[in-house]
Amino acid sequence: MTTVIEVQDLHKRYGPKVAVDGISFQVDEGEIFGILGSNGAGKTTTVECVEGLRRADRGSIRVLGLDPVRDHAELTQRVGAQLQEAQLPEKLRVGEALSLYASFYRRPADPAALVAALGLEDIRSTRFGKLSGGQRQRVSIALALIGNPRVAVLDELTTGLDPRARRETWRLIEEVRAGGVTILLVTHFMDEAERLCDRVAVFDRGRVVAIDTPAALTKRAAAQLGVERATLEDAYVALTGESTDV
Amino acid sequence: MSEALLRLTATEFTLFLRDKVGPIFGLFFPTALLCVFGNIDFFTDPANGVDGQPLLYTYTPILVGFVLAMLAINTLPPTLASYREQGVLRRLRTTPIGPAQVLGAQFAICLATALVSVVLLLAVARLAFDVPLPRQPFAFALSALLAALALIGIAVVVAAVTPTARAANAIGSVLFYVMMFFAGLWLPIEAMPPVLRHVSEATPLGAAVQALSEATAGDWPSAWRLPLLAGYVVVTALAGIRLFRWE
Repeated sequence: MTTVIEVQDLHKRYGPKVAVDGISFQVDEGEIFGILGSNGAGKTTTVECVEGLRRADRGSIRVLGLDPVRDHAELTQRVGAQLQEAQLPEKLRVGEALSLYASFYRRPADPAALVAALGLEDIRSTRFGKLSGGQRQRVSIALALIGNPRVAVLDELTTGLDPRARRETWRLIEEVRAGGVTILLVTHFMDEAERLCDRVAVFDRGRVVAIDTPAALTKRAAAQLGVERATLEDAYVALTGESTDV
Repeated sequence: MSEALLRLTATEFTLFLRDKVGPIFGLFFPTALLCVFGNIDFFTDPANGVDGQPLLYTYTPILVGFVLAMLAINTLPPTLASYREQGVLRRLRTTPIGPAQVLGAQFAICLATALVSVVLLLAVARLAFDVPLPRQPFAFALSALLAALALIGIAVVVAAVTPTARAANAIGSVLFYVMMFFAGLWLPIEAMPPVLRHVSEATPLGAAVQALSEATAGDWPSAWRLPLLAGYVVVTALAGIRLFRWE
């Protein structure tokens, strides 16, 4: 299997504060790879380095064989990003945003197909500023996919969505993966990671404390705790030694 | 790629129109002000004017300065600051287009709107109120262009040093009124006491209005006016590039 994302010994600090302290992991083609951790664990900094938005202090990153900083222009053609709290101009309509972003790429996806897939028909002529949190989230997922990316980086995918919308989003992500897109998913929801991810990396205070399939992590936790069945949350708590946000 | 830039500029222009502030205050308000002045006898009677010319002649270049300042200083900083505040620029950094192109589109819109607005203003002044057109049109155009670029540079610096759109709006407004004062909107430069006149000549809009007045009268602007404006362009451009942050 081909490696699509390779992060090796990544370090990043902001002033005296160490955000990422020697993180390494690999993501294979067609995988949904989760990064799990509490706030401040270094998740967002790591994916921002992967997207080329930040320059690492030390370590190497390869995405589809490209250096995210040096080959940024080419990287942006092939990697779709959904950012935390990133927005569009308030007065821009959803349909306008999709066709604008489609024009940025060499081989864009069909905006109409994405509108249908994400259920955006009713809000196509609504201004971004008038959308609810869940609607904004769906638009930003659509924008992450509009360039027909080989890799999609999704940060806090379902934050702010109601349970029904979350499940619909999960189904959509599985469909996207079925289309051959590799997905790097940042989350602090255990159920989301358990349901979606083939493998997860558990981050704790800027380090990776475990990388495995959710099943293997829960099995190990069950053995450790001496119980018959454990959840991913149990595994997470055992690994990080702190309470979670959930 | 060029199709993307075209579409980006068209989209930003749609947003500019939707915002209404720029089109109303930058495009129609200065000409409306001209029409108000033009219908007041005090402004059209040569006896009240400077050098035997009606005051309206003196005010036409001031209103050109008003157009440029309104479009650059009052609309650009809040737009750029809000794009940064809302993560619009950050989002664009992950696309092949990049955030610098949005700034380019904004500048193009600002300059194009200024051109339309100034042409409208001069045409109405000439046709409705018999104000003579600039006798040195090339010098007039060059002065207006340099002034517009200097004001855009100032706008970028304002957007760079203000954290929010609200703050950018506030600082932009204060700067606008101060600069318009020195451009002679309330007291024509010719009528200012010497100290104020010297300060005015050193400000970008004061220098611009004087250069525009001289070009209107048929002269090339006094030796250092255009170099001063060009200096403002260079300094604010360098400062803007150094200070402006995408996030």
